[in-house]
Amino acid sequence: MHAHLETQTAFRNGLKTGAVPPGITAVGDVERRFSVYRNTVAHSLTDALCQRFPTVLRLVGDAFFRATAGVFVAENPPQSAILHDYGTAFPEFLAGFPPAATLPYLPDIARIEVLRGQAYHAADALPMTAQSISDALAAGPEERGLTLHPSVRVITSDHPVVAIWAMNQPGATPRPVPPEPQAALMFRLGENIPVVGVTADTAGIVTRLLAGERLGTACADVPPQVASVAIGLLIQHGLIIQVTQT
Amino acid sequence: MTQLPEATGIGFKRTHFEALRQTPNQLGFIEVHAENYMGDGGPTHAQLTALRKDYALSVHGVGLSIGGAEPLNRDHLNRLKHLCDRYAPDSFSEHLAWSSHGGDFLNDLLPLPYDDATLDVVCDHIDQVQDRLGRRMLLENPSTYVTFETSTLAETDFLSQITARTGCGLLLDINNVFVSCTNHRTDPRAYLADFPLHAVGEIHLGGHDAEDLPSGPLLIDAHGSPVADPVWTLYTETIMRIGPRPTLIEWDTDVPALSVLLDEADRADAILKGARHARAS
Repeated sequence: MHAHLETQTAFRNGLKTGAVPPGITAVGDVERRFSVYRNTVAHSLTDALCQRFPTVLRLVGDAFFRATAGVFVAENPPQSAILHDYGTAFPEFLAGFPPAATLPYLPDIARIEVLRGQAYHAADALPMTAQSISDALAAGPEERGLTLHPSVRVITSDHPVVAIWAMNQPGATPRPVPPEPQAALMFRLGENIPVVGVTADTAGIVTRLLAGERLGTACADVPPQVASVAIGLLIQHGLIIQVTQT
Repeated sequence: MTQLPEATGIGFKRTHFEALRQTPNQLGFIEVHAENYMGDGGPTHAQLTALRKDYALSVHGVGLSIGGAEPLNRDHLNRLKHLCDRYAPDSFSEHLAWSSHGGDFLNDLLPLPYDDATLDVVCDHIDQVQDRLGRRMLLENPSTYVTFETSTLAETDFLSQITARTGCGLLLDINNVFVSCTNHRTDPRAYLADFPLHAVGEIHLGGHDAEDLPSGPLLIDAHGSPVADPVWTLYTETIMRIGPRPTLIEWDTDVPALSVLLDEADRADAILKGARHARAS
């Protein structure tokens, strides 16, 4: 067991450095044969990031993305075999990666892609009907909590990320981007995860509801009509699955 | 150890979902990678749930690191248990390889030395898997590119002892046999003659890439091309010897149209039928 662990540790170090570990043999060209493993590890994990961050890939191009992802993979290997979860730390990495500093919105675009991925694989749940929500909120709505669909995610950004994200989807047409902060609501709709632009107020309310705050507290900082718009949006998209007593 | 039909299947790719759903009688079974179905919900589970109604299912793990020196990841084993409970697959299989080290998941099937100590570790891990899942599993022979000076057992001996000690079945990947034997300049027929064929519950067939090196060919198990002719020959010889076995066409990169995979499956099916006919007469 001890020897096995030592062998494995040496093999793992070889995957990092490229040096053939001691005790490894082949019929010849041992460096090239060992490098098959090193290449598979690096390429397959980079490919996983390409699949998870297609919009970042499109924005920076294949060569830049693969080089950047290669650095990330080396520093942040996955901690689980579930590769659709891999790359959650990629946005933070991009934010601190000097070669990407010319695109200040890039980390938030990556965050949108992380959140969309989480939404895609989130648990299934049936929405409440508008009528049953209305009935449940009839008395003392401020004291009630709203449980949102497990796929609901929110992003608020200092950059126009909703517009940038939208015009970098396949088939989209480039157009002028307003230089403004933007926020978005994401959720699962069949096979798709739309990125719906919302006001900062709506994003704030949804964020506070997701944190478990009761309706009265979540909407405390905005006029009633603004709160109505936010709650109406959640009802419209079938994102309220339970009204709770808080 | 497996309830899969003695027929041919393909690895399920999501682009083929609609076509497979509309024509469920073209294949004996489908196989999925366990790790792709470990999310909580959403379209991936919806598709597999729909297909499961019409297809026999093989769940094939690539992330358990059974050949690793470290303890099995309990969370991952629990997720496999949950998946097997949910879909009640006709077979569960994993690899004679390691893929995790020090908490890092490396997403490759890495090799191990074959000796008495590693045999104990692998058998212990398989016992844990079979206990936790409440079923016998199949263990797949790997593609390898290097060997270890410390190995004292042949891979076929190693697998024979594993199956004798744990009761697990084997998933014989004939492309892996051809790839490894070519890379190590050994004879695939001698390998298959020594292989514990009585324990084979499923066969894998896939394509490989080839590169010429001064020391001889380097074959890489890439799963991105048709099954090579020498692999078909070894498959035919094996099936004629042991009779029909559930057979999977693996194609994981540059996935072609479903019709290409069905053609490969038909070719395997004809070989299974030939063996059935030969054994009946």
